[in-house]
Amino acid sequence: MLMKGANAIVEALRREGVEVIFGIPGGASIPFYDVLYDADIRHILTRHEQVAAHAADGYARASGKVGVCSATSGPGATNLTTGILNAFMDSSPMVALTGQVPTPLIGKDAFQEADTIGITMPITKHNFQLRRVEEIPVVFKKAFKIARTGRPGPVLVDMPKDVQEKEADVEFPKDVAIQGYKPTLKGNLKQVKKAADMLVAAERPIIFAGGGVIIANASQELARLAETLGAPVVTSLMGKGAFPEDHPLALGVIGMHGRKAANYAINDADVILAIGVRFSDRSTGNVECFAPEAKIIHVDIDPAEIGKNVRVDLPIVGDAKYVLKDLLRMLKIKARQENEWTRKISEYRREFQPKMDYDDFPLKPQRVVKEIMEVLGENDIVTTEVGQCQMWAEHFLSRTKARTFITSGGLGTMGFGFPAALGAKVARPESNVVDIAGDGSFLMVCQDLATSVKEDIPVVVAIFDNHYLGMVRQWQELFFDKRYSAVKLGRVDFVALAEAFRARGVKVKRPGEVAPAVKEAFEAGVTTVIDIVVNPVENIFPMVPPGKCLKDMVEGV
Amino acid sequence: MKETHILVALVEDKPGVMQRVSGLFRKRNFNIDSITVGHSEKPGVSRMTLTVTGDHAVLEQVMKQLNKVIEVLKVIELDKKSSVQRELALVKIRTKNETARSEVVSYVNIFRGRIVDVSKESLVVEITGDSSKIEAFVNLVTTFGVIELARTGVTAMSRGTGK
Ligand SMILES: Cc1ncc(C[n+]2csc(CCOP(=O)(O)OP(=O)(O)O)c2C)c(N)n1
Ligand SMILES: [Mg+2]
Repeated sequence: MLMKGANAIVEALRREGVEVIFGIPGGASIPFYDVLYDADIRHILTRHEQVAAHAADGYARASGKVGVCSATSGPGATNLTTGILNAFMDSSPMVALTGQVPTPLIGKDAFQEADTIGITMPITKHNFQLRRVEEIPVVFKKAFKIARTGRPGPVLVDMPKDVQEKEADVEFPKDVAIQGYKPTLKGNLKQVKKAADMLVAAERPIIFAGGGVIIANASQELARLAETLGAPVVTSLMGKGAFPEDHPLALGVIGMHGRKAANYAINDADVILAIGVRFSDRSTGNVECFAPEAKIIHVDIDPAEIGKNVRVDLPIVGDAKYVLKDLLRMLKIKARQENEWTRKISEYRREFQPKMDYDDFPLKPQRVVKEIMEVLGENDIVTTEVGQCQMWAEHFLSRTKARTFITSGGLGTMGFGFPAALGAKVARPESNVVDIAGDGSFLMVCQDLATSVKEDIPVVVAIFDNHYLGMVRQWQELFFDKRYSAVKLGRVDFVALAEAFRARGVKVKRPGEVAPAVKEAFEAGVTTVIDIVVNPVENIFPMVPPGKCLKDMVEGV
Repeated sequence: MKETHILVALVEDKPGVMQRVSGLFRKRNFNIDSITVGHSEKPGVSRMTLTVTGDHAVLEQVMKQLNKVIEVLKVIELDKKSSVQRELALVKIRTKNETARSEVVSYVNIFRGRIVDVSKESLVVEITGDSSKIEAFVNLVTTFGVIELARTGVTAMSRGTGK
């Protein structure tokens, strides 16, 4: 087929099933946008490229499909980078498209030139620069395949302007082989058998599930395994929702601001089945004293994760779903009876129920989470910003389904939650979407209220408004002699801000007012910013102080 | 235990591969002593030889992370005993007078090096061998004055018929 590069690009996207692109055009991507003008792919114009990248990421996490974002060369591309790295750290499938100066100008410091390939090499799973029109179909096939398969991640395609404009004969292959890329899906059966034996023989088994379980859509298998073994399930922050948190075997998230029950239980365990996790330092606390008595079985699709952060007794490289299925087949036991361990787990659950029913004024964030939970349906989606707000959600909010809790786990990016909420809403318009936000985080991306109104993507931004960079303030209070350096944000009239963008703005101050405000916002049909004034100096506890062991969780410092 | 390991990576011969590999080492804070690259017996495939210092866990991570680079086709560790390692060095040595010159020449002969350039006051010597041989030679001739030293870094291959 004789066609222009830009047409070939759009055709390749169409063939990959791309329904929506988040982005901002510019000089180096005008030919591409010219073709998009007639294409039946929705383009959502954001007001900042970082938002485009996070929205594509949110879309990907909510849907399981590849999220696509687009920016022009130079500043457009560099603005994408935070969002690309965020997706990389959390293994989110993304294809990022960037314009580039015409090939003859590359390397000449041309107007809006950036070495996008060089800049994004360490923050993408792979990247490509188009050289010829003829290679466009193959490059895009590879890009989507790499982004989506194995351990997913962002792939960038840099598109020099002349390649978008030139005409050539192109052919679209059905599939492509990528020589050096063969993710292992099926776990080694001998190893899986050993894992089954270890789990059956264990006295105090526990399952530690992460984002990999969600990516592999393996929640059902996970639940069956847990029930068969009678093993409690803890998760990483990224694994929240992989296992229903209201299940009698669910203990919640482990780690720095995880649940006490979860941290104590993993500390007590004698065998850990870790699946789709990467043992981040925020999860393990001090690794020297992480689960001291446990043998660790580590299942992950990325062999490099195994043995990277903790010692592993039994490695299994494979996809969470494949391995869980094989494991279930090999477990030749009936569901386990109640025993000393399960009784201890129930005891932990009872004893360490997080307390949320405060009636204080000013509002306590714990209470705010409780009220939000009251109006959330199981298929509704929560995204978060970063800071105390995120940790309130991690600790107190409970989620029962995969892909209903979307947070920036690895990078901890303030300004992620609102764009991710937009992306999630585009992916699943039938679900309500609420961003649990901090005032500081939201101000980093609030200009995209314009996008949400103009593009009719109604979400709820619930600001835990403490007038502080609260998490930093907390660390300064606890570990830096209350020397509050550069953390006071002061007041912002978020209602007026929302209204300036023709969104709704609501202010809430008292216990009992949050749930109705959120419910109303869900029904409003337009993005609503709820400014929830909370106690400015409330600290998030319990906490594992930095450098300490999970069992040393404290209620205050 | 910290040790020097020799790794061979077969990679697709494409622009940017070298940067991907070296960038990976910097990003992961791996210690790399030398890296050499050139064509292999297969068209389109380059062969990299890397020498890396670290304990077993570091080595394992290096190999796994290298394998994640899309253009890396294969990574193997060469056992030092059952492989040959060679490095080439060019050494420009000051030879102020006849005695210095004849002394250097005799060292070159002992080390089976070659003199590849001669001028009034200097010699350029080419020497190949494993790294310790090159170091020994360079140490010997420093007393005369080493004007310039260029080492290629190690390249290596397993002994015997197998790959
Ligand atoms: C982009 C970015 N810049 C800086 C930080 C460091 N940081 C972590 S939490 C935090 C405070 C967040 O404030 P806010 O959004 O108001 O949430 P709060 O902690 O008050 O709930 C900061 C500055 C970060 N995580 N991300
Ligand atoms: Mg705040």
